[in-house]
Amino acid sequence: MQAFQFRDAGTVAQTNSTPAAAGGRIVVGENMKNHRNKLLATLALFGASLSHAEYQLNFQQPATSIAQDVYSLHMTLLWICLVIFVIVFGVMFYSIFKHRKSTGHKPADFHESVTVEVVWTVIPLLIVVAMAWQATKVVINQKNTKGADVTVKVTGYQWKWGYDYLDEGFGFHSKLATPQTQYENFGKDSQQVEKKNENYLLEVDNAMVVPVGKKVRLLLTANDVIHSWWVPAFSTKQDAIPGFIRDTWFKADRVGVYRGQCAELCGKDHGFMPIVVNVVSDEDYKKWVSEQKKKAAESADDPNKKWELADLMKRGEKVYQDNCAVCHKPDGKGMGAFPALDGSKIAKGDRSAHVGIVLAGKNAMPGWSKTLSDTEIAAVITYERNAWGNKTGDVVQPSDIKAARK
Amino acid sequence: MTTATHVTDHAHDHHDHPSGIMRWVTATNHKDIGTLYLWFAFIMFLSGGVMALCIRLELFQPGLQYFRPELFNQFTTLHGLVMVFGAIMPAFTGLANWMLPLMLGAPDMAFARMNNWSFWLLPPAAALLMISFVVPGGAAAAGWTLYAPLATQMGVGMDLTIFAIHIMGISSIMGAINIIVTILNMRAPGMTLMKMPMFAWTSLITAYLLIAVMPVLAGAVTMVLTDRHFGTNFFNAAGGGDPVLYQHIFWFFGHPEVYIMALPAFGVVSQVIPTFSRKPLFGYHSMVYATASIAILSFMVWAHHMFAVGMPVTAQLFFMYATALIAVPTGVKVFNWIATMWKGAMTFETPMLFAIGFVCLFTMGGFSGVVLSIAAVDIQLQDTYYVVAHFHYVLVAGALFSLFAAVYYWLPKWTGHMYPEGRGKVHFWWSMIAFNVTFFPMHFLGLAGMPRRIPDYATQFTEFNTMATVGAFAFGIAQVYFLFFVLLPTIKGGQKAPQRPWEGGQTLEWEVPSPAPFHTWEEPPARELVDKLSAEQKLH
Amino acid sequence: MSSSQTGYFVPQPSKWPLVGAVALFFIGLGAAFAVNQHSLGYWSIAVGAAILLYMLFGWFGDVIGESEGGRYGANVDLSFRWGMGWFIFSEVMFFGAFFGALFYLRAVSVPELGDMIHKMLWPDFNPVWPTAVAPNGTEPYSAMGPIGLPLINTILLLTSGLTLTVAHWGLVNNNRGQLKLFLLLTVALGFTFLGLQAYEYHHGWTEMNLTLASGVYGATFYLMTGFHGLHVMIGAIMLTVVLLRSVKGHFKPDHHFAFEAAAWYWHFVDVVWLILFVFVYWL
Ligand code: HEA
Ligand code: HEA
Ligand code: HEC
Ligand code: CUA
Ligand SMILES: [Cu+2]
Repeated sequence: MQAFQFRDAGTVAQTNSTPAAAGGRIVVGENMKNHRNKLLATLALFGASLSHAEYQLNFQQPATSIAQDVYSLHMTLLWICLVIFVIVFGVMFYSIFKHRKSTGHKPADFHESVTVEVVWTVIPLLIVVAMAWQATKVVINQKNTKGADVTVKVTGYQWKWGYDYLDEGFGFHSKLATPQTQYENFGKDSQQVEKKNENYLLEVDNAMVVPVGKKVRLLLTANDVIHSWWVPAFSTKQDAIPGFIRDTWFKADRVGVYRGQCAELCGKDHGFMPIVVNVVSDEDYKKWVSEQKKKAAESADDPNKKWELADLMKRGEKVYQDNCAVCHKPDGKGMGAFPALDGSKIAKGDRSAHVGIVLAGKNAMPGWSKTLSDTEIAAVITYERNAWGNKTGDVVQPSDIKAARK
Repeated sequence: MTTATHVTDHAHDHHDHPSGIMRWVTATNHKDIGTLYLWFAFIMFLSGGVMALCIRLELFQPGLQYFRPELFNQFTTLHGLVMVFGAIMPAFTGLANWMLPLMLGAPDMAFARMNNWSFWLLPPAAALLMISFVVPGGAAAAGWTLYAPLATQMGVGMDLTIFAIHIMGISSIMGAINIIVTILNMRAPGMTLMKMPMFAWTSLITAYLLIAVMPVLAGAVTMVLTDRHFGTNFFNAAGGGDPVLYQHIFWFFGHPEVYIMALPAFGVVSQVIPTFSRKPLFGYHSMVYATASIAILSFMVWAHHMFAVGMPVTAQLFFMYATALIAVPTGVKVFNWIATMWKGAMTFETPMLFAIGFVCLFTMGGFSGVVLSIAAVDIQLQDTYYVVAHFHYVLVAGALFSLFAAVYYWLPKWTGHMYPEGRGKVHFWWSMIAFNVTFFPMHFLGLAGMPRRIPDYATQFTEFNTMATVGAFAFGIAQVYFLFFVLLPTIKGGQKAPQRPWEGGQTLEWEVPSPAPFHTWEEPPARELVDKLSAEQKLH
Repeated sequence: MSSSQTGYFVPQPSKWPLVGAVALFFIGLGAAFAVNQHSLGYWSIAVGAAILLYMLFGWFGDVIGESEGGRYGANVDLSFRWGMGWFIFSEVMFFGAFFGALFYLRAVSVPELGDMIHKMLWPDFNPVWPTAVAPNGTEPYSAMGPIGLPLINTILLLTSGLTLTVAHWGLVNNNRGQLKLFLLLTVALGFTFLGLQAYEYHHGWTEMNLTLASGVYGATFYLMTGFHGLHVMIGAIMLTVVLLRSVKGHFKPDHHFAFEAAAWYWHFVDVVWLILFVFVYWL
């Protein structure tokens, strides 16, 4: 069994997690008490041994009690449906084989029977009510976000996630870590295609970190369009709606790395905004929190500082690559509907127009006034005005941005 | 009067019928218009299919190989829109056009000239959709559901889509009114509502759904339009609006919409199964009531598409129960079909094969629907490939298979030629197998956690995706085979079809010659004939 | 007519539907470009609208000719009634979408945006209806109260419903003078309504700072009253045509469905206004 569970045992070891938790590659869980699941496990094993490929046929292994409930609920539904299917189509195929003209069967004459009609209305009715009844308490439980130990505000951006630890007062962004060169294979032949990372498309630069066994409440919102925060192993999925706050919760039972993806179409890089949650022990969590706080304090900028061009360029390049390059491309050449900034009239022309569009956005271009600090905006604008072919020599200071915000 | 319909001796003053292209563009004849609808739908099916193949091609293996994500999203969006509004819906309207007057004993549709307009609005709408691929910014890429506020971000392509939807909406509403009035007002003497063929019933109820929800969709996209260009804030929280409002309005349309594509399919199957079982439809009355219940319930379940937006727990529960309830009347239909087959004298010509394939696979799609209706589980499955699997089971193996059943069933009446039976069977089995190879693995993908509407995926999803792509191409080839080896040869020639190609056919369309003459039932069928057929079908 | 013996009039092949389809193509295409400020768009709309007018004249001309030629038997008449009835039902559903939006915004979205947890995003938003300011705090605007113009408009429309009924009596009792006079009155009331509404819009836009962008209040106000106004316009045009036809001596006491259809439509527009008055202006 064990051998079939993971392809990436390596990751598991690194993160000190119990093996079962490795993100999303589990074929079949080990500690499912339910014997029904064993049947499925056998099936999966059978499938796997047939072709040496690794098939995952069912949900990822649950890592929260809700996920466990959902898993069992799903198995119950699956079995009910299977049984009905076998009975109903057993009857149909029996009829198809027995009552065919070619075997000389003569058509019967009946065409109505209130009794059977009532029977096959009432029985399904009872079955569906039973199904829904079973699910009711899970639904109520899913919606109960009271009594959380940790509250994190999660913001969906095109195309990354922001995590703000409200109780601790720090936050960070989390975006895809798989290099673009690994997934953009246009026109490459099979030799040129780069080897894909272990957790291809499911890895991020800064993972969300939470303590194990604690109820984590997420407050979800979005900056631009609707996104959806989904980690399958937690059975937690909640849309992040711009301008509104929605909440959901999870309580991870085991230490480990859990992976998920944005689950609501949110534009071109919808497929490229994964979620990684690092569930760690309480001490590790405390340690991580204090590190984050220290980092936050260090990187806080003095908004009144006067910057030199070179420093701004360095800072600006980073801001650019983190925020702007997805659309305008790392080399500033743009692509399709996303205009090139290299040589752009705005980036080489009027400064206030440039500041204006970055602050306020336009059409598909998001506004950055809420997302980036004065310093960051000053840096990125300075960068855009001096990078590539745009050698304007302009320096934009944070104070300029502050003034422009008014 | 059964067969004495001749173009020359009828009472009307249609002296000269335009020929050539003018016959089609000025048509007021329900058969010509039906034919136009059906061809249009088939062409749209092929175009939507080509987009599906582009989607599958990109998903053949991980990594982006052929299309940029923007373009991929356009394919997904237009595939959905073209299939739903361009292929399935017009195909059923076409069938209703062709068959309702024949089956009800009416000389034509109630509003023959408006009927032409309903059809001719479709090509311009389709043209707007297609043009949107080449405008700056490309076609709409917000999914066929066009969720705001993503839909407010797109370029001109989105506006073209919005106006295309308006035009298609006008077309659908006029088509629906025509169907309703034809059924209510133009039945032959003696044909009471409860003696109509099931297909007429499902068409009638579907038409009601259409006039109830198409205007709502028009309202929704109009709000998107004003949000995009006129500064309104319906779906923008900064102005007090709400993106979720869009979803409520859309799905108030959207859920009945899926039954708009399912009910006529039920109707077709309810004609085909009794014919090839040589036994009247079992439980006609409860079939009618079940259809009506499904239609009524369909207005009360829309938010099952929105379990993940974060509704209050009471709403979550209400929509869960209401949705699960739809399984009951649908079950009644499935059981009645099987009871119709039970102790019949079945033969398995191609229409029957497609009908049986429909019953099996539609039920599977229904079951995955029931799994999705359970809110707790849907949280895990919403926006995954499990949903994609669900709706292709009900739409492709459901609606589309029933359309194939209908085409094979009525081709002899339409063309006067028998289709090649062997080839029909090849088409069926090939489609059946390829369909399952394509869409069955998607259940696993969804359960394992693959989101839908993504152009690239994590490597553990590779095998099933590869399989689905291979299946999709095989399925596509089966349809090309159908076109070139079944459809066109049958239209061009082949074995002459008798007036009653099917021994068990008991409805009025089998009382006119094959091919059905240009004008039929100018004199309504004799009362005795209607009564005789009703008695044979055990209708009272 | 022999056709009335077999019962049902089936029109001859006609080019009008195709002409109409071409018109809508140009209008749709043009509108998509016009809303993006593309000047070609306006041209395309103009061409489309011209074709549409041509089609309307032609098509309705045919219909009127057929009707006056006695081609429409009782059965056709019944079809028209069913058809018009369900068409109005579809219009009801169109307004239903907007009323649904209004109720949802008032009952769900606005209160939610102002609740405790949303203070995190919109600290200063006061969730009352009509919202004086939108959550993003754009310039304040005032709401349109029910007293004054809206009330006058209500009275105008209600009266027009009455005059129309009187005109109908005139037609049924073959009192052509009464028919024409009261039809004229109805049409006049309709256009007065439109004039007042235009004035109200102007006033709202320029003096109350109430624009389409004035939060969801402005959006629902203008879209709902605007679509209603559009329907008043269509209804008034329909009645004008009916009036002109009456002047020409069309319609018989027992055969005048065109009149009735226009009247049904007018009453429908009336009812929508009453609901609007209650939920948009008053409550
Ligand atoms: C023809 C179209 C069609 C039909 C008929 C259905 C039928 C059903 N659908 Fe489906 N559905 C779609 C088309 C359709 N659907 C589409 C297109 C989407 C996705 C839209 C999008 O997001 O893009 C969707 C999505 C969708 C969702 C949302 C998923 C998500 O996004 O998270 C849900 C959730 O409840 C759902 C449920 C159902 C149910 C309960 C039925 C029921 O009507 C099924 C009833 C039938 C049966 C159950 C089988 C027969 C019954 C028996 C044999 C009786 C015994 C059975 C029992 C006791 C269980 N559907
Ligand atoms: C209404 C009916 C309908 C039909 C019939 C189909 C048919 C098919 N669909 Fe459909 N699909 C939808 C409705 C439909 N779909 C909807 C509503 C969505 C949701 C969209 C969204 O997310 O917004 C969707 C989404 C969807 C997706 C998910 C995309 C994503 O999430 O990114 C996929 C992926 O595999 C897919 C595949 C297919 C395939 C392979 C077929 C096949 O059955 C198609 C088979 C047909 C052919 C392959 C055509 C044959 C033609 C040729 C081979 C070329 C010949 C050419 C000439 C003769 C000129 N569809
Ligand atoms: C979601 C994609 C996206 C991101 C991310 C993005 N932009 Fe843009 N940007 C656009 C689009 C689209 C336009 C064109 C807007 C228009 O004119 O309609 C644009 C236009 C611009 C322009 C004007 C260029 C011209 O010549 O018209 C500037 C300057 C600009 N962006 C700067 C930035 C900066 C700085 C960032 C990051 C902090 C950024 N953009 C991030 C999409 C994006
Ligand atoms: Cu964010 Cu999809
Ligand atoms: Cu639904």
